[in-house]
Amino acid sequence: MAIIEVKGLTKVFGPDPQRAIPLLEQGMTKEAILKETRLTVGVNNASFSVEPGEIFVIMGLSGSGKSTLVRLLNRLIEPTAGQVLFDSTDVLKMTAEQLRHFRRKNMGMVFQKFALFPHRTVRQNVEYGLEVQGIDKKKRSEIAFDALKLVGLENWADSYPDQLSGGMQQRVGLARGLATDPDILLMDEAFSALDPLIRKDMQDELLELQSKVRKTIVFITHDLDEALRIGDRIALMKDGVIVQIGTPEEILIQPANKYVERFVEDVDMSKVLTASHVMIKPETVMLDRGPRVALQLMREREISNLYVTDKGMKLLGALTADQASAAVKEGLTIEDVMEREVPRVSPDVMLNELFEIMADTRVPVAVVGDDDRLRGVLIRGAVLAALAGNANPEAGESA
Amino acid sequence: MMDIPKIPIGDAVESIEKWMKTYFGGLFDIIRAVIGWMVDNIEYVLTLLPPIVLIVLLALLSWRMVGWKFSIFTLIGLLLIDNLGFWELSMKSVSLVLTASILSIVIGIPIGIGCAKSSMFRSIMTPVLDFMQTMPAFVYLLPAVSFFSLGVVPGVIASIIFAIPPTIRLTNLGIRQVPAELVEAADAFGSTPAQKLFKLQLPMAMPTIMAGINQTIMLSLSMVVIASMIGAQGIGSYVYRAVTQANTGIGFEAGIAIVIMAILLDRLTQNVFKTKNKAN
Repeated sequence: MAIIEVKGLTKVFGPDPQRAIPLLEQGMTKEAILKETRLTVGVNNASFSVEPGEIFVIMGLSGSGKSTLVRLLNRLIEPTAGQVLFDSTDVLKMTAEQLRHFRRKNMGMVFQKFALFPHRTVRQNVEYGLEVQGIDKKKRSEIAFDALKLVGLENWADSYPDQLSGGMQQRVGLARGLATDPDILLMDEAFSALDPLIRKDMQDELLELQSKVRKTIVFITHDLDEALRIGDRIALMKDGVIVQIGTPEEILIQPANKYVERFVEDVDMSKVLTASHVMIKPETVMLDRGPRVALQLMREREISNLYVTDKGMKLLGALTADQASAAVKEGLTIEDVMEREVPRVSPDVMLNELFEIMADTRVPVAVVGDDDRLRGVLIRGAVLAALAGNANPEAGESA
Repeated sequence: MMDIPKIPIGDAVESIEKWMKTYFGGLFDIIRAVIGWMVDNIEYVLTLLPPIVLIVLLALLSWRMVGWKFSIFTLIGLLLIDNLGFWELSMKSVSLVLTASILSIVIGIPIGIGCAKSSMFRSIMTPVLDFMQTMPAFVYLLPAVSFFSLGVVPGVIASIIFAIPPTIRLTNLGIRQVPAELVEAADAFGSTPAQKLFKLQLPMAMPTIMAGINQTIMLSLSMVVIASMIGAQGIGSYVYRAVTQANTGIGFEAGIAIVIMAILLDRLTQNVFKTKNKAN
């Protein structure tokens, strides 16, 4: 079940904003409403749901309403119309007291410009959310220290934020957001103020952290590469409207309209697609079969090598046609002649990291899961086709 | 235009004054008692120790809070005041200034917070503050005397009216200058308005508020001469007497004593906050 469900969420800025709602329902554009009523439409009829444990990215250019939308979720900005359901409770109907409780326990937030309190130490910053809940000093200090360990800043606990670099400051922001152990973490352009290399590190760190803490994250960004890298699903916004929601692959492969298409056309596919997207079905032979069977298979399929596996598809090695025919001549088994050192990668390796590995090897690269089972193979043709924009949909599914 | 009779503002003010005296007389008596008590006690504490001991203590305090150069100034300056024979009068003036400043802070900071929290309240307060600062001080000495009779108490009241605006204005400014994203962060973590005020806004506004308090103290010191005109004893009465007797020498001596006190109060209050920060 969805942890957040947003239905028809709308925000109009200006005096007496309700009068813009019927105009929006009639389908008037943002510009027309501004011209007629002097009201600014921030978010128009946004609906989506976020599943527990996923990273849901809201992406759009500046002015698209994404930062407004995320603030509607915890009512830092009061919505004009619509519904926000958290575990089926209507956030918009909460009293001030209930809303405070909701913000304290259920929803953490990380800000673009870090928004650390300069008069507090790093540890005191991380403690803040616990402090307002009235948790006693000793306990909150421990929790804060653990949160700082999580982001690798435990040695900086007693420093002040201005003594830290930008990347470190945002890690403090992240620790502060995580310290209250919220169900949902809102991240508003959290990495946008960092320079590109640090930003990439932070993305990696977030993904690693996410594999440990398994939070539901709503992540706002204007950077498509970032959205594709970290998003489980992406909502694309334009002029306050969500134009498409989908997985990164769906957005890239089936853009919903011209706007999305223009947006994604410059994407470097090699940084988006992973080995699992482009691998093809492997040709295998089981170890206990004889070399004659292997040769026969190769002849039938018109290929020059095979992967050797056990019954559970566990990868044991590779066998070329030369090795197979040598074995037939000398009466050896597959096990005696096969190549045991096979180039292997895991299914979620990015394409751009594959080039080097593929350039160095004659046999196709094997895609192997954590359980050592063979999932597929990479051949140059499929990889190049994917880079040209024709991902192999069949391969994507079998992953 | 000439046909319109003179609008009787003066009469109106006088009848308000009379009305207030009739109905709030009891309240004014209480205020008088409280302020009188404060001034007396501060003076008592200040004169508890022999001057030389207090001078040395203040010099040490200056050393700790500002630096050794300033502590030499404190030592020489205060010894000079004592030498000129102004010590007791100066302590009377300092009691008046401290009482007025403490009350200005106690009243001014909450009003300043109110201004920061409500734009409506601020737009009501702004003209009132302008009025208080620009109206010649002599003018409100008169009702002060009428409500509280002659002596140090109307002097304190007049000093508060004249000196409180910077504390109010700068408290308001300091809180409003706290970056919006920090306030938003405090909100996002579920702070109550009071938590937001005490954990974020006031600590961050503190340097600005201290600048306001510093100005308030300076302004109330500048009122000692005017307060002496309605019978507040202190160094100001010497200046006042020197003016009426055209005695340049005495006037100058008393003036120097006021300047020394002013510099001392200014540096010490300016550094209260800075020292705190360093200690962190």
